[in-house]
Amino acid sequence: MSLLDVRGLEVRHGQLPAVRDLDLSVEPGQVLGVIGANGAGKSTLLRCLAGVLPAYRGTVLLDGRDVTRLPAHRRVAAGISMVPEGRRLFPSLSVEENLLTGTYRARSGPWDVASVMGLFPWMRDRRKQDAGVLSGGEQQAVAIGRALVSNPLVLLLDEVSLGLAPVVVQRIYEVLPRILDSGTSVLLVEQDVSQALRVADRVQCLLEGRVVLDGAPADLAPEDVEQAYFGLGSRAEKGDHHVRWPHGRHEPAHESSRPVPGDATTPDATASGRSTGGTR
Amino acid sequence: MTWVNAAVQGILLGGLYALFACGLSLMFGVMRIVNLAHGDFAVLAAFAAFSLMSWTPLNLWWSVVVVVPLFAGLGYLVQRGIIAKSMAIGPLAPLLVTFGLATVLQNVLLQGYSADTRALDAGWLVSASLKVTDQVSVAYLSLITLGLALLVIVAIQLFLSRSGLGRMLRAASDDPEAARLVGGDNRHIYAVATGIAFATVALAGLMFGMSSSFSPSAGPTRLIFGFEAVVIGGLGSLWGTLAGGMVLGLTQSFAGQVDPAYSILAGHLVFLAILAFRPQGLLPARSV
Repeated sequence: MSLLDVRGLEVRHGQLPAVRDLDLSVEPGQVLGVIGANGAGKSTLLRCLAGVLPAYRGTVLLDGRDVTRLPAHRRVAAGISMVPEGRRLFPSLSVEENLLTGTYRARSGPWDVASVMGLFPWMRDRRKQDAGVLSGGEQQAVAIGRALVSNPLVLLLDEVSLGLAPVVVQRIYEVLPRILDSGTSVLLVEQDVSQALRVADRVQCLLEGRVVLDGAPADLAPEDVEQAYFGLGSRAEKGDHHVRWPHGRHEPAHESSRPVPGDATTPDATASGRSTGGTR
Repeated sequence: MTWVNAAVQGILLGGLYALFACGLSLMFGVMRIVNLAHGDFAVLAAFAAFSLMSWTPLNLWWSVVVVVPLFAGLGYLVQRGIIAKSMAIGPLAPLLVTFGLATVLQNVLLQGYSADTRALDAGWLVSASLKVTDQVSVAYLSLITLGLALLVIVAIQLFLSRSGLGRMLRAASDDPEAARLVGGDNRHIYAVATGIAFATVALAGLMFGMSSSFSPSAGPTRLIFGFEAVVIGGLGSLWGTLAGGMVLGLTQSFAGQVDPAYSILAGHLVFLAILAFRPQGLLPARSV
């Protein structure tokens, strides 16, 4: 049985479905990468799994237990922790205090403040510093540590690379194997598609709230990923979408979780995504 | 020497204001809401002690021991039952709801106790004072109030900085949703903050009731002084609130030395000046 099993999930923002009829499963020790353009519903999916957005329809099973209706604060104790988009550290708390907040309803396990500081040794010397003055990469590390100390079964990572220099992103993803070794599975959402393909065991691509592609990175042809990412159906002209490929990696600022079609990365992607959406 | 006396009396008065204000300050710091019924809950506490002393064999000190924890529990329930629901609607709703609570409390007290002024009889303590010099003497009751204010503020600070729950209070103040994501139940966290605030305002109401007479309509004035202390000190900062209470007390005392008629007005003017020229207050908060 899968560790995290999501069946027929629908999440709405008001009347608008942002995630539709979505199935996914995370196996123990596995990294599942969810990719998709801006507004595809990635963050909405993660926020629903973390419990801050209600599921409109469908079930979420964690290790066989139905957690669909569990509020966010009880999901931490059940074994789901999220590193939210934009880090969301507590700026007036010190580095160490930020990590300690993660222990408030922690499960027992290998991770505690000391072992997280072993993972990111720089934290030891700067434990008393306010989290607000850290650099983006350092904040991301603390945010991951804060989620880890609750010893989750499944760690949800929302846009870890957002707004960070590639070398910093690299350094953060370097710790992923050690997190997996400790027995935690990872579900990550990435706008940086190549990054997701590099670290994930399996990748799912979302388009307008639906899974349009699913497979191991090795089995997926770049063309397929491209088409799924931008929603370019078979009717789309070959050639015109190649230009758009790199844009997914240079997304600035926020990834809106609203399913507004106009939110997509480029005007072209929006138009083509909309035109094929109805035929799916 | 009279000015020295005015300074001493001002600081003692400031202690009472700070004790009134620290609950307001805590609630604002954690939840960003202003409890407009704050002063009325203080008066309610004084009436509760008054009733306990009249109808039960409990003396004043035992009444304090009963009323303060009772108000902590009341605060928890008021938050979970009433204020939390209004917070979900928007930032203005808690203001209206607590204003409504204030009106209801005043009228229920008026109905139950009439408009007569009462006092909590603290026996010999009311008139006892420590004579420092011929001109300067310090009332024990004021000294106890100041001591309690310091004790309460230090205790809350220690709770916030040292305990796990206190840490979650600060975390929820920084980012309520992130606090939920690390396992904090914000409804509980907010109710704990309100519980602490109610315990302190009960204590303030009881000390107030011992040092001067009170009636069902005494609440709003208490709220204004408390609110002024919070704003002068810096919203949401407990040490700032202590400083704000002192500034307000000293101002009123010095102005009273010049002409008693200007005492209250001078306090309001300082409050206005702070709002106009230093709106972040004297000691602005980092968080709580």
